Amino acid sequence: MNQKNRLDHGSASNNSTNHGSTHGSTMVEKILAAKSGKKRVAPGNLVNTKVDLALGNDITAPVAIKEFERFGVDKVFDPEKIVLVPDHFTPNKDIASAEQALLIRQFAQKYKIKHYYEIGRMGIEHALLPEQGLVRPGEVIIGADSHTCTYGALGAFATGVGSTDLAAAMVIGEAWFKVPSTLRFEFRGQLPRWVGGKDLILYTIGQIGVSGARYRAMEFAGSAISNLSVDGRLTMANMAIEAGGKCGYVQPDQVTFDYLKGRVTGPYEAVYSDDDAVYEQIFSFDVSDLEPQIAFPPSPDRVRPVSEAEGIELQQVVIGSCTNGRIEDLRIAAAVIKNKRVHPAVRMLVIPATQQIYRQALEEGLLTTFIDAEAVVSTPTCGPCLGGHMGILASGEKALATTNRNFVGRMGHPQSEVFLSGPAVAAASAVAGKIVHPEEVAR
Amino acid sequence: MIFEGRAWLFGDNIDTDAIIAARYLSTTDPGELAVHLMEDIKPEFPGLVAPGDILVGGENFGCGSSREHAPLAIKGAGVSCVIAKSFARIFYRNAINIGLPIMECREELSGIEPGSDRLKVDLEQGTITHLRTGRVYKAEPFPPFMQEIINRGGLIEYVKARVNPAK
Repeated sequence: MNQKNRLDHGSASNNSTNHGSTHGSTMVEKILAAKSGKKRVAPGNLVNTKVDLALGNDITAPVAIKEFERFGVDKVFDPEKIVLVPDHFTPNKDIASAEQALLIRQFAQKYKIKHYYEIGRMGIEHALLPEQGLVRPGEVIIGADSHTCTYGALGAFATGVGSTDLAAAMVIGEAWFKVPSTLRFEFRGQLPRWVGGKDLILYTIGQIGVSGARYRAMEFAGSAISNLSVDGRLTMANMAIEAGGKCGYVQPDQVTFDYLKGRVTGPYEAVYSDDDAVYEQIFSFDVSDLEPQIAFPPSPDRVRPVSEAEGIELQQVVIGSCTNGRIEDLRIAAAVIKNKRVHPAVRMLVIPATQQIYRQALEEGLLTTFIDAEAVVSTPTCGPCLGGHMGILASGEKALATTNRNFVGRMGHPQSEVFLSGPAVAAASAVAGKIVHPEEVAR
Repeated sequence: MIFEGRAWLFGDNIDTDAIIAARYLSTTDPGELAVHLMEDIKPEFPGLVAPGDILVGGENFGCGSSREHAPLAIKGAGVSCVIAKSFARIFYRNAINIGLPIMECREELSGIEPGSDRLKVDLEQGTITHLRTGRVYKAEPFPPFMQEIINRGGLIEYVKARVNPAK
């Protein structure tokens, strides 16, 4: 109960008083300067940058295609730098969504889009692009999807935009940005068992609020980040938007390079923040005693430790999404649920985020573990995360999900509720029928 | 441009799922989207809102998903302008890009009777007048570059003009 106090030797300091021209730059400032042909940029500057990759999905690309057609051009700026992933309402849930998917498919054929991913090759975009080696450090990536900020985990500047921004980028290969100021978050100490990237980012959002990083870059650093896998880092950067952030990132290190090896072809240049870079604010959290975190509905910043959520009865548990549908998440969930059964009052859905993750989970026997536990295993889709399909909630129902948002009506009926957690708590709670600490089920 | 319309009040952190729920995103038609505007947080709203009306939000209006369907739904309902203390960044971009007039006003617009009080908004002057009380509020100015996009009627026209200045 007094976890918050124990963690509150975490402090916030402000070093933005240094306005001398001799100070260094953050990773994001350097990338935006390089890609806009400038020597250096400062927060607040408006820049026009080259776009290395532009992404759309089956919800946002149809609007972008409509806008694209208004240009009256007969080609895209570079068919190799556009990625189209029908992942939200697919495999298509109804005729209207099938029509939207058809529109993207036809556009991809007409303009020879290299990275169009059809069902069977498709995965949830923000799990798919890093896995396929499309994300490189030092690049500028925009996506008509707010969770495009995920790619900052690999040292790129990546941010969500709207469909019209995507349309313009598909024509001219450029986008405009206001250079963000940067908040640095240092996570000290060693993470306890059952605590991972999701808990770190939920805790952070709980501390600063849903607009705490509005328009800002979030730099994640410290020993707990150095020791965090790429999967965990992707989870953290993914939810920068839930604090209002323009992007979230981890500076590339050996963990990054090991992940990129064998995925990424061609040269790239890793970019780092200078030691004397100027941050708007620096937060420092000792996470050695951090409990698994839960975000209560209806906002991702209503975060409390699991000990304050225990006993909340659930009707559904979802493990998946661009936030926590990666192989590490499935391994953690399977480890908790092995040789146990989902509570009779609970429906549990497991959604591997990509085909590759699906196959890996199959080969490792994780899917058998889930099926033996009487969970549903689904083909990759965003599905229930945004209340699309594959697990919609009825009025009055409560779900615990490893997804990223728990707004009113997010997973279905406006009177349903969504709690957010990492995969360990989600799997344990599916067995218990109510929110519990993973230790209570796994021991 | 000057607008005059009834004001509707919304609080802080109005997310784009609240503005238009994902279950309605199988269409891109602003008119079809408008039928469900704010439905999950204010079910009666689609029946109340009328062309010319003005939405007044608190902090971080339009947070969450990047769906451009959110400003499209607002535009589709005929809303003339959205005023908020602050906007989430993707919504802000989207509104400007599609030519939905928005205004950031740090000051709280107080004492407004929702659905009956009228506001007068002067985009060029950056002023908001509460017509019943006569009180005038000042909005944050746009950077010149964004003003240019607004003047052109959106990003597509702006980029067209840049790529092909002769036209």
